[in-house]
Amino acid sequence: MTSNATPLIEFKGVNKWYASNGYHVLRDVNLQFAKGEKVVICGPSGSGKSTLIRCINALEEYQEGTLTVDGTVLGDDLKGIDKVRREVGMVFQQFNLFPHLTVLENLILSPTWVAKMPRKEAIEKAMVQLERVRIVEHAHKYPLQLSGGQQQRVAIARALCLTPKIMLFDEPTSALDPEMIKEVLDVMIELTSQGMTMLCVTHEMGFAKAVADRVIFMDQGQVVEQAPPQQFFDSPQTDRAQDFLSKILGH
Amino acid sequence: MNTVFKSIDARPMPGRSSGPLAWLRANLFSTIGNSLLSVFLLALVVWAFVASMDWALLNAVFNANLQACNDVRGAGACWGVISEKGRLIVMGRYPETEHWRPVIATALMLGVVVLSCMPRFWNKALPAIWIVMLAIYFVLMKGGFFGLTAVDTDQWGGFPLTVMLTVISMTLAFPLAIFVALGRRSNMPAIRTLCTLYVELIRGVPLITVLFMASFMLPLFMPEGVKIDVLLRVVVGITLFSAAYMAEVVRGGLQALPKGQTEAAATLGLSYWQVQRMIVLPQALATVVPSIMNTFIGLFKDTSLVTIVSLYELTGALGLALNSDADWRPFKIEAYLFITFIYFAFCFAMSRYSLWIEDRTAVSKVR
Repeated sequence: MTSNATPLIEFKGVNKWYASNGYHVLRDVNLQFAKGEKVVICGPSGSGKSTLIRCINALEEYQEGTLTVDGTVLGDDLKGIDKVRREVGMVFQQFNLFPHLTVLENLILSPTWVAKMPRKEAIEKAMVQLERVRIVEHAHKYPLQLSGGQQQRVAIARALCLTPKIMLFDEPTSALDPEMIKEVLDVMIELTSQGMTMLCVTHEMGFAKAVADRVIFMDQGQVVEQAPPQQFFDSPQTDRAQDFLSKILGH
Repeated sequence: MNTVFKSIDARPMPGRSSGPLAWLRANLFSTIGNSLLSVFLLALVVWAFVASMDWALLNAVFNANLQACNDVRGAGACWGVISEKGRLIVMGRYPETEHWRPVIATALMLGVVVLSCMPRFWNKALPAIWIVMLAIYFVLMKGGFFGLTAVDTDQWGGFPLTVMLTVISMTLAFPLAIFVALGRRSNMPAIRTLCTLYVELIRGVPLITVLFMASFMLPLFMPEGVKIDVLLRVVVGITLFSAAYMAEVVRGGLQALPKGQTEAAATLGLSYWQVQRMIVLPQALATVVPSIMNTFIGLFKDTSLVTIVSLYELTGALGLALNSDADWRPFKIEAYLFITFIYFAFCFAMSRYSLWIEDRTAVSKVR
C-alpha cells in the first residue's frame, strides 16, 4: 500500500511491563500502520493484543522504545496525550457507556466539553452518527434500557462524534449475544468504506477476511506473524499461528 | 420441517392469595402455635398502648401547674413543663427579648436548605442564595448592626444552634469529604498520604476529644491576642470530624464504579476534573446516598456534644433549663420526650428525603 509514506502509527522496539506485578506484557514490538489501513489483531488471551492498542491512546504507558501516533511521540508529555486522544476513538468490549446519561448525552459530552462545540451543533452531529449506526429512535433512552448490540452501536457512534482519524476496537463483539454480533459487525464494515484507519482486536475471522488489509497474530507479548488475511488464514508461516488457527477454526 | 413457532401467552402466577383476610391467615394464623403467639403479642401491644395513653393523655396535666403536676407524679405526664420551660429549651441562653431573631434566622436557613434539596433549584443561583442567606443569618443572630443588640456567639443556643451547627458543618464537610476521598485515590503519593493520614487520625479519636481540643487546646497554641470565636472552632471541629467519616463513605462509592467508566471518559479527551465531575461522582455518590444520609443524621445528633465546651444547643439547653430548677426537675422525662420528638421529626424527614433521592437516581439504572 502506501509503504513509502510516513506511517500514521509506529511502534519502535516497544516494551511494556505491568507496574503491579512486573509482568513483561509487550516484548520488542515493531509495527507500522498506514493511514486508512484496516488491521485485525488476534491471538490467545493474555497475548498482549488489548494492551497493544490501549497504548495507542495512552490508556497504558510503556517503558522502552517509542510509540508515535500521527507525529506525536507518546510519553510523559500530557499535552501530547490530549492531542492524540482527540484523534483516536475507542470502542470497548464492555461498551462503557455512561449509564446516568441518555444516549444523546453520552454522544455530545466530548464535543461540547472537549471540542467546545455549541450544544445545538453537537446534537445535530450526534444525530447524524446515531443515524449511521441505526439507533436514532433510542436517542433519549438510557443505555441500560438498550440491548447489548444497541449499546455497542451507541458506543461506536460516541467514538465517531470526535471525528477521529483512528478507531480502536477492543474485542467489540466478545460480550454480545450471538444474535447481536452481526448488527455490530455490519456497522463496523460500513465504517471501513469511509477511509478511516481501524485497528480491531477480534476473533471474528469472517470479519477479518472481509475487511482487513492485514492480520497481526500475537502471542506472549510478541508479534508472531503479520500478513494479508488470505495469506494468513491459508498458509500461516509459524507453528504457533497454525496451532491457534486450528483451534479457532476447527469446529 | 415446516412448523411455525407459536408463543404461549403469559398467565398470572397461581395460588397468589390477595386481600387482608388471606394475608392474616397466611402470616399470623397459619398454625395453632402461630395463632396463640399472635394473640399474645397483640394483647401485649394493646396493653402497652392503653397504659401509655393513660400516662400521656388521660392522667396528664397540660398546663404549667406545679401543684397539679406533683399530684399526678408517676401516674400521669406533666406536659406543663413544656409550656413552662419550652422556650428556654428551644432557645437556650439567647436573650429572651430578642427571640424573634433566631426564629426568623433559623426559618430562613431551613427554608434555603429545603430549597437546596429540590433538584429543580440546582442551578448557578444557588450558591449566591446561600451566601445571602448566611449573611442575613449572621447579622440577625450576632447583631451589632442596624440597631440590633449584639449577642455573643456563646449566648447562642437551643434549637437554632443545633440547626446552624448541623447545616454549616454538613455543607462544609460534604465537599471536603469528596476531595479527601478523591485524594486517597490520587496518583500523587504526597496527596494520597496526606488524605490517608487525615482520615485515620480523625477517625481514631472521639468527637468529644476533637471538640475539647478545638476549644481548650487550640487557644494555647495561638499567639498572644489572637482569639478565634468558640463557635467557629466548634464548627471546624465537627466539620473535620464528619468529613473524615464521609470521605470513607464516598471512597466506597468511588471503588464501586467500574474502571471502564474512567477509561472511556479519558479516551473521549475529558480532563481529570471533568471526568470526576460529570462521570465518576454522579454515579459514585448515587450509590452511597443511604450511607451519606447516615452520616448526616449522625452529625445532626452529634451536635449535642458541644455542651462539653459550654455551648447549649437543644439537648444542652434542656439540662440548663431543668437542672437548675428543683421544682420542675422531676419532669425531665416529659421534656426529653419533647426534644425526642423534635430530633425524630428532623431525622425522619432526612431519611425520607434520602429514599426519594435514591429513587430519583435509580431512573438511570432501569433495565
